[in-house]
Amino acid sequence: MIPTEYYIFLGTGLFTIGVIGVLTRRNVLIILMSIELILNAVNINLVALSQYFKSVDGQVFAIFVITDAAAEAAVGLGLIIALFRNKETVNADEIDLLKW
Amino acid sequence: MLELITFIVLSVIALVSAILVITRRNAVHSAIWLVVTLFAVSGIYLLQHAEFLFAVQIILYVGGIMVLFLFVVMLVDIDVALKQARFARQWPVALVTAALLLAIVGYALYNHSQGLNLPSRPMICAPAQNTQAVGLALYQNYMLPVEIASVLLLVAMVGAVIMAKRKLE
Repeated sequence: MIPTEYYIFLGTGLFTIGVIGVLTRRNVLIILMSIELILNAVNINLVALSQYFKSVDGQVFAIFVITDAAAEAAVGLGLIIALFRNKETVNADEIDLLKW
Repeated sequence: MLELITFIVLSVIALVSAILVITRRNAVHSAIWLVVTLFAVSGIYLLQHAEFLFAVQIILYVGGIMVLFLFVVMLVDIDVALKQARFARQWPVALVTAALLLAIVGYALYNHSQGLNLPSRPMICAPAQNTQAVGLALYQNYMLPVEIASVLLLVAMVGAVIMAKRKLE
């Protein structure tokens, strides 16, 4: 058996890569993909700790996280299409309608 | 031993393809590398004997969400994005912040993984019973959350349709 902390380290690494993606990229689509990376890192931790505590509750929560990811992707991509239609850009730096 | 090798191989695939996701210039390439990451993560679920989640990950993430992503990438004009700089101006600050985050979390985990005393434990149940256990938990203990999740999905679906349809004046 693999120690549980290995999975947690892997989750931390994936989470950090996702955070870097969200903070540095300019393409809104890739920012959304980085959010998917972050959610996957959380799921790895949930599954690892669900095995550790010998309970399926963690896996059930991982399913809810995947549900959330699906809802977030649908709404986010709808937003991107509406944005592209109005501003002709997917660049996060150029979307400054609310900037004073 | 074989299990550890499988874990290391899957982790390396997941991390390397995750780095490729956030560094590719073309959004289509990023999406393809994200599919690789999701497959590696699903392999890690299988390694942890979470068979149901393994299937859900492949069917829902790879088969559903990623197709949606690729569809939108095709709809949105990528030629303009290809010519522009990949990273925002604040990338050094962002990188330092993320390194700090990794250092703090890694230090805390490394310091306390002995204190937490996380030994390896045998799996919960026989492989064939994982789906049964998850299903029972979903429809008995988590009945209300399942209903709320279904309402959330309905709202997201209606919201996405309205968002993509209406033109803002």
